[in-house]
Amino acid sequence: MSDLRTISSNPHVRSRVTTSNIMFWVVVALLPAALLGVINFGLDAAIVLAISVATTVLTELIYEKLMKKPVTIGDYSAVVTGLLLGMNLPSSVPWFIPVLGGVFAILAVKMVFGGLGQNFMNPALGGRCFLLISFTGYMTTFPAPNEVTFLDRIFNISMDAYTGATPLAQIKAGETVNVWNMIIGRTAGTIGETSMLAIVIGACILLLLGIIDLRIPGMYILTFVLFIGLFGENHFDPYYIAGQLAGGGLMLGAFFMATDYVSSPITSKGKYIFGAFLGILTGIFRTFSSSAESVSYAIIIANCVSPLIERWTLPRAFGIKKEKKETEVSKA
Amino acid sequence: MAKLTFKGGIHPHEGKELTKDKPIREVLPKGDLVYPMSQHIGAPATPIVAVGDHVLAGQKIAEAQGFVSAPVYATVSGTVKAIEKRRVVTGNLVESIIVENDGNYEEVEYPAVKPLEELTTEEKINMIREAGIVGMGGAGFPTAVKLSPKEPEKIEYIIANCSECEPYLTSDYRRMKENPDLLLQGLRIAVGLFPNAKGILAIEDNKQDVIDMFKEMVRDDDKILVKELMTKYPEGAERMLIYACTGREINSSQLPADAGCIVDNVDTLVAVGRAVTEGKPLMERIVTITGEAINDPCNFKVRIGTNYAELIEEAGGFKTEPAKIISGGPMMGFAIFDTNVPTTKTASAMTCLTDAEVEWLAPTACINCAKCVEACPEHLVPKNLADAVENDDEERFLKEYGMECCECGCCSFVCPAKRHLTQQIKGMRKIQLGKRAAAAKK
Repeated sequence: MSDLRTISSNPHVRSRVTTSNIMFWVVVALLPAALLGVINFGLDAAIVLAISVATTVLTELIYEKLMKKPVTIGDYSAVVTGLLLGMNLPSSVPWFIPVLGGVFAILAVKMVFGGLGQNFMNPALGGRCFLLISFTGYMTTFPAPNEVTFLDRIFNISMDAYTGATPLAQIKAGETVNVWNMIIGRTAGTIGETSMLAIVIGACILLLLGIIDLRIPGMYILTFVLFIGLFGENHFDPYYIAGQLAGGGLMLGAFFMATDYVSSPITSKGKYIFGAFLGILTGIFRTFSSSAESVSYAIIIANCVSPLIERWTLPRAFGIKKEKKETEVSKA
Repeated sequence: MAKLTFKGGIHPHEGKELTKDKPIREVLPKGDLVYPMSQHIGAPATPIVAVGDHVLAGQKIAEAQGFVSAPVYATVSGTVKAIEKRRVVTGNLVESIIVENDGNYEEVEYPAVKPLEELTTEEKINMIREAGIVGMGGAGFPTAVKLSPKEPEKIEYIIANCSECEPYLTSDYRRMKENPDLLLQGLRIAVGLFPNAKGILAIEDNKQDVIDMFKEMVRDDDKILVKELMTKYPEGAERMLIYACTGREINSSQLPADAGCIVDNVDTLVAVGRAVTEGKPLMERIVTITGEAINDPCNFKVRIGTNYAELIEEAGGFKTEPAKIISGGPMMGFAIFDTNVPTTKTASAMTCLTDAEVEWLAPTACINCAKCVEACPEHLVPKNLADAVENDDEERFLKEYGMECCECGCCSFVCPAKRHLTQQIKGMRKIQLGKRAAAAKK
């Protein structure tokens, strides 16, 4: 086929961006949050992340070998799925949790639908929700961060209020939470979600490289803040809002999972609507439901609605007027 | 002032530095000259010379057939050697007149021309038609037809398309830099054809020197405006250009005149000026021979009909084996398999690229990244259109405005999965246009 290049159709030059280098940068952008997770939760976290990544990559490889399909693990998308899944697990889960989650994410959510580009929901979140339903106990027991990490020594942070309850659970219970601890990730939670700072650093990498933009995460966060401001217990109390933003998986979800290309709308208007829909769903779950795990569910529900949003928001072509039906004017 | 532009588009590697500072050099043809009868949109011209006839430079050798057509002139003196089908840059075989160059370059005596003030609009348009001028930017639409819209009083702007957004090309830039007066002369004549028109010089801001020069030159002329455009591909696409200059949108089935505009290429306007003031037919144009595979990339003043292979030789030949030879620029040009083809009225460049520039990766699965949607200047969803083509779903292709595509290549350029989006959409458009034509015949 490549021999036809000499006479192939225009354009004759292509940009240097490829799928694998996009995915590679997503992995790089996830690393700060993953690293802080390991610092906060110790070796357990590193092991969970490693098992998760190894499982997703191996599952894809084995599936493709068995099905005699071209091997696509070189595009890093399985690494992204594995890393995201691991970062969405508590560090205390037994080894078979990331294995089951990884196999489910790749096999049931991605490969059987046709592989990369065909999955109707984010594979990592599909895996996580499967685990949440099947192994609720393991999945909702969050270990407290290590008593003293080198971060504490650097920042000299006092050692109060380390419990096993996540900040969101604490907010629900009416307890006070330490927002600063949430920003650097010194709270209970899944490996990758606790540090708002590290997530924002990663998000900035993707924003600067143009891999993601603010349409989905911006609308998501904005709508969510408005929603809980209007309907939440403490309304626009800044402390409450900050707690809601920094606690739980909102930041990780908004910047790294809601922005997943495959399972979000391709149209520009669609991206705004998708973001707003996510904000409302998350707001509803967090305000009215007993579960504190709202972001994952909100995203996979929105993923399922994405094709519909896409269809409703197809743009009008340049120069096509709204009412006017296409008239056949011959072009001289 | 904010830079004028449109929504979408891309920033490919410009490659203009190769020839930007190379002054135009005149090249005289060595071998035979080949004049295809179809160098324009519309009916092919018919030969009015016979094999064995002696012709002079500037002599009409083929007559226009009908309204939308254009005559063809000899550009050298010599003998008509044959009238036969010859290969042209698009790969097609086209009926052509072949003239053996006698090397004397004898020109016909051009009839005396009345001073500009004494010419009527009709006379001017006739002179432009007789000169065989067509859109020299690539489309080849007969200029006289363009300049005779149904309602001339509704034309508000004559836009000189000086954007040259196609990478690597510098023929328009050199023309503007070296003969700004000729361009202005042509533009003023075109503006003068309409009672309510103003002229616009629409120039991309990567040609700041030309922008400044023209601003200075037209300071006292309130009928000519200089508009600075953002450097972005495809800024010079007719509909994008009209939008950038006037904010008016037209779709693919409308004409620029529907937005009160007429758009002409730089060299076309130069030819218009020559035709009306000197009575000279279209005989020459500027051609850029460029690309990393060329030894000494150049801008040439070429007699139309000159063989491309001669020009490549004149530019020092190939430095390395070219991976792709393109008639035109890398975004919209045609890849050719034989350089033994003639330059025509619409030949703006030949770009010879090496392996490194035309890197070819196998397409992978679409990841729905929306880069094609962001890049599409026509506000389409190229991914959906290509999917429709793959599924042979013509209904969806048409419903999602597939026919509005201008084939600019932005979607394929940005696609990280390296899908051949433009190619697929282009193919389906051809099928649909063919169907329309067949239906119209019935």
